[in-house]
Amino acid sequence: MTNFSTATSIAHNVASGAQSAASVVEEHLQRIGQREEEVHAFNLVTSAEARERAADLDARIARGENVGPLAGVPIALKDNMCTRGVPTTCSSKILEGWKPPYNATVVDKLFAAGAVFVGKTNLDEFAMGSSTENSAFGPTRNPLDTSRVPGGSSGGSAAAVAAGFAAVSLGSDTGGSIRQPAALCGVVGVKPTYGLVSRYGLVAFASSLDQIGPFSHSVADAALLTEIIAGHDPMDSTSIPKPAPSLVSVLGRGVEGMRIGRVADLPEGADADVLARLDAAFVALEKAGATIVDVKLPSLSYALTAYYLIAPAEASSNLARYDGVRYGNRVAANDMNTMYADTRAAGFGDEVKRRIMLGTYALSAGYYDAYYGKALKVRRLISNDFAAAYANADVILTPTSPTVAFPFGAKTDDPLTMYLCDIFTIPTNLAGHPAMSVPFGTGQANMPVGVQILAPTLGEEAMFKVAAVLESAA
Amino acid sequence: MSERLSAADVAKVARMARLNISAADVERYTQQLDGMLDHFADIDNLQLADVQPMTQPFPLVNVLRADVEQPCLDREEVLGAAPAAEQGRFRVPPSGGEDD
Repeated sequence: MTNFSTATSIAHNVASGAQSAASVVEEHLQRIGQREEEVHAFNLVTSAEARERAADLDARIARGENVGPLAGVPIALKDNMCTRGVPTTCSSKILEGWKPPYNATVVDKLFAAGAVFVGKTNLDEFAMGSSTENSAFGPTRNPLDTSRVPGGSSGGSAAAVAAGFAAVSLGSDTGGSIRQPAALCGVVGVKPTYGLVSRYGLVAFASSLDQIGPFSHSVADAALLTEIIAGHDPMDSTSIPKPAPSLVSVLGRGVEGMRIGRVADLPEGADADVLARLDAAFVALEKAGATIVDVKLPSLSYALTAYYLIAPAEASSNLARYDGVRYGNRVAANDMNTMYADTRAAGFGDEVKRRIMLGTYALSAGYYDAYYGKALKVRRLISNDFAAAYANADVILTPTSPTVAFPFGAKTDDPLTMYLCDIFTIPTNLAGHPAMSVPFGTGQANMPVGVQILAPTLGEEAMFKVAAVLESAA
Repeated sequence: MSERLSAADVAKVARMARLNISAADVERYTQQLDGMLDHFADIDNLQLADVQPMTQPFPLVNVLRADVEQPCLDREEVLGAAPAAEQGRFRVPPSGGEDD
């Protein structure tokens, strides 16, 4: 845990008048000024808008208004969330300069809660990657060691919080893109239950897997942010028609009597330093009164294959919209098909093209059953495995990432090597369950290690209870 | 490497995906995608005949609303974001060209 102020304390101080929103914003902008050139967490820093917003909040507070539970909290948004009139690029050349005509639902919710937006954060292009090295605008560096990656795809959002550029941030998680960078940067990262947070205005990658969630310094901040952005949204047809859960209130209730699952057949691949921290987490939870139970997830080892067929298949369909017609950039040509093909060739980076082709292939006539169809069945097996495991356990603990943050270029030669970074995070997305990463000590090179807490559908309460205990034991 | 797919397959997929890629890139992508398909063969021998495919975490129901006029995006603002627009519409080059 770092020494930066939490969103909870900032909101309390600003609302009570102990601190002005303007001074909070200045403090964060100053840190951005000092280190952003080195870290490159942002595609865009909205200093002027942030200052204007803070002044407005201060004026309203001076008039005795309640401006909301995030009063004056500086927040950064992953640059795949639509912000009206503010460029939203997905770190892709194809969308460079595009200004959305509407806000994502999460953006409206945070604004209504009194937050101050400080900028749009860097990501692997269209959220495809695990290191933020795939951004068309250059990589983000890990603030804890700038020779290493911050993880990805929400690397900018994780780095922005870890560097103290924003008190909290939002990312999106399709296969681990919040949890893995959170682990690598030593912050808390949450992927809520699929459908708990509206995806309206989140630029789609793989629609049956994508979910928005927070990064923060503390578990309490993550609970607060999740509460604020959750809840039914008629603009998202996959939104769960239930009110947002109450999560801050469950923190501190402890884990007495809870059953914590340990995966007996955990896929291989995690480094010893990471596994040592996982063991220490089990010990801490047992000491706090929980019972450790062994669970089996035999299909977990097939999750990588299922994910890397399903996600690219959905992406190949979702990214068909970038054709140079309605938004983004166009390469001029004399006929429409050439214009499409040239525009997309110039606008998309290597990894995006690779996944579009993989997905197109998996969906094509003659191969659909062998690849996409089969992957959907494996997805069912994984979901069934989890259902059986959760009959005996309230939550399951695994590593978040198999390794600590790795050096730049270490995994860029072979795409598959990079994909293996997601081995422990993707099963949750396939099942649609919630999961979060909590920093739990350090491993090799003194870099942070994250422990991942997995819970069943809408099991956020149990997940946050465990997270709070791990945080205090870390 | 098992050569699960050929350069011709990749060239065809690129055409279907509307991606104009060079011959050198076709070679490179063929090798990379072939390697991935090799790895993905781990599910080939699973017994899946009786397993229901899972497309979504939860069953979906179609979302409908009353057929009444509601506020929507501003036409000029939307067209303003397009690479080319004319007379209130998106402007595109004539259809045609290479197709599959």
